[in-house]
Amino acid sequence: MVLMDKTARRHRWDTKFAPYGYVAPYFLIFGVFGLFPLLYTIWVSLQDRNLLESEAATFVWFANYAKLMADPYFWNAMGNTLSLWLLTTVPQILFALFIAQLLNRKVRTRTLFRMGVILPNITSVAAVTIIFAQLFGRDFGLVNWVLELFGAGQIDWQAGTASSHVAIAVMVVWRWTGYHALIFLASMQAIPSTLYEAATLDGANGRQQFWRITVPLLRPQIIFTTIIATTGNMRLLAEPLLFNPGAAAATGGSDRQFQTAALYLYEQGFTKYDFGYSSSIAVVLAIATVVVAGLGYLATKRIRTE
Amino acid sequence: MRPKALVLGCAALATAVVLSGCGSDTASGGKTKLTIGLFGNFGYAELLEEYAAAHPDVEISDRTASYSDHHKNLAAHLATSSGAADIEAVDTGYVNQFKATPDKFVDLNTKGGGQLKDRWLPWKWEASLSKDGKQIGYGTDIGGLAICYRRDLLQNAGLPADRDQVAALWPTWQDFMAAGKKFQEKAPEGVKWFDGGPTVLNAIVGQAFVGYYDRSDQIVVGENKEIKAGWDLVVDGVQSGLSSKLLYSTPVWNTGFKQGQFATVTCPAWQMAKIKDQAGPEAAGKWDVTSVPGGGGNWGGSYLTVPKSGKNIDKAVELAAWLTAPEQQAKVFKSAGLLPSIPKLYEDPSIVDYKNPYFNDAPIGKLFTDAAKKLNPQYQGPKAGDIQTAIGNAMQRVEQGKQNGEDSWRQFVGDVQK
Repeated sequence: MVLMDKTARRHRWDTKFAPYGYVAPYFLIFGVFGLFPLLYTIWVSLQDRNLLESEAATFVWFANYAKLMADPYFWNAMGNTLSLWLLTTVPQILFALFIAQLLNRKVRTRTLFRMGVILPNITSVAAVTIIFAQLFGRDFGLVNWVLELFGAGQIDWQAGTASSHVAIAVMVVWRWTGYHALIFLASMQAIPSTLYEAATLDGANGRQQFWRITVPLLRPQIIFTTIIATTGNMRLLAEPLLFNPGAAAATGGSDRQFQTAALYLYEQGFTKYDFGYSSSIAVVLAIATVVVAGLGYLATKRIRTE
Repeated sequence: MRPKALVLGCAALATAVVLSGCGSDTASGGKTKLTIGLFGNFGYAELLEEYAAAHPDVEISDRTASYSDHHKNLAAHLATSSGAADIEAVDTGYVNQFKATPDKFVDLNTKGGGQLKDRWLPWKWEASLSKDGKQIGYGTDIGGLAICYRRDLLQNAGLPADRDQVAALWPTWQDFMAAGKKFQEKAPEGVKWFDGGPTVLNAIVGQAFVGYYDRSDQIVVGENKEIKAGWDLVVDGVQSGLSSKLLYSTPVWNTGFKQGQFATVTCPAWQMAKIKDQAGPEAAGKWDVTSVPGGGGNWGGSYLTVPKSGKNIDKAVELAAWLTAPEQQAKVFKSAGLLPSIPKLYEDPSIVDYKNPYFNDAPIGKLFTDAAKKLNPQYQGPKAGDIQTAIGNAMQRVEQGKQNGEDSWRQFVGDVQK
């Protein structure tokens, strides 16, 4: 009897506490690699701190933030970040939906195609950017060569604000569309075919079926990909950095025309060694990312069946 | 008591061995593995092999990054006290920034640097000396200045190709621009007089007696009439269509050499290695070197530092001293064109009489040792490298038609004084 009692109690403890044990590794790793750096960044952002002289750091509380709010180059970088967010996130999701729709058919070698769309995503971002920067070269770039065939003339892609944003957005969209397309494809295959059969009987064409059935039923995935894409695209660094190689890479163009907030952070931290200021940019950028992701969530939440 | 201490000692030793075994700094077979972090082309490949052959206990691996990546990575590695190579090269534009935190580096004065001091040009030695007298790096090369030019392009445009006659075309930078305008009238489409405004401007800045800073580390470039006059001159050249509008040390600039997009490029000695790398063997003999307008000046040149975080400091210091020794600097001058920072070599006939076959047998020994002797070293302030980047950006804004010369200058002065 006593023995039974003991086992039962142990069993109760087991069901009560064991789950925490199972999830503990995640929280431990998150604590070390997620939470600690986050809190540490906030702590550094309250200091006047040189990258190379951390011993000489002094607490200045919110002085970095006050300076940041009055810094026109920071707002320029935030503007570029938002512009690039819009230019990357929206096409990414639209193209991904379109590609997923194409792949969701009974075509031959479809596994090959499905594997193919993820290829851009597993290539090295540095290699991709260097190659794209050549494609968008002013004098000998492929893009300008094609444009010239159509009589459009040469574009100095790096020089203009709009042209540089478009070029960078193309790199990001090329890289991430396939990834999102696979997520959409997986969910599309879970949509019961009876819905489409009924719609066909009702006389709905393919286009109507796509917008009235597929897209609304993909709503959770669209919300998910919007948030994932937002968190990625709000901190673009490698693309604008490598788009403009050379000593001035961190300024994102001669007039900072494509300097993102993450790149500005990099410039302040690693060329000006202003580690405290750089950290305050990181904190503000993180908050801005949450806000923008929230807006994206609100926008995509409105998708529904009519 | 004694055996116990012995046991403890052995345990500590064992732990130390295990710990050091975890790092990658001890190569197999008891060899010391030294890493050396470089940028651009130091011409060290053969020297490192030679050193390793003479020192069987040492294994050397070098890693080369681009100019800006190298210095940013170095800063990050010093900040975290990990990841830096045993020897790290530092350019003139960054040496002031790094010598402001001398404690991150081995003070070479404590490692026998004092005895070697007289090897170098006095100003080269002082430039890497911290305010409290610590020596953070041994000098490698200095810039010196010259102009590299394409003989065939000048000839086709009706200008002389002979280097003395070419030098006579441009005693001053005004003359250089005037010659450019003549060249441009007959130049084929897509070929410009110079590679980009920032390159020319850096040479003019390098010749000025006072550069971006005064000797009390105040940024004075905003009031510097000499630099502003140079700026105006280059802006005029750019607006007269003399510039290929390519920023130096970028992939498009490299392509420019391959495609022959420009006829001249400002040539500090180290530039010759870049030209040879980029223009390739098919352009051998097309390039030539002649003297620079406006007299002596310096752009660039480097140092070899030994970060304190390294595990093999003594061996690293030894290698750094060897690489910067007169014999090795002489070899690098002949193989890669890097101008020695050792005054003794400027009288050495094997240097002075050296002609570079790639550059149409240009007497670069004579040319650059003359330039080095004439050189009036300019004081470099703490963030000279950053200011050089900012003025390059400013010139690019003019080249890209984003701003006129005055607006861009004003923005540049405001940026650097922030």
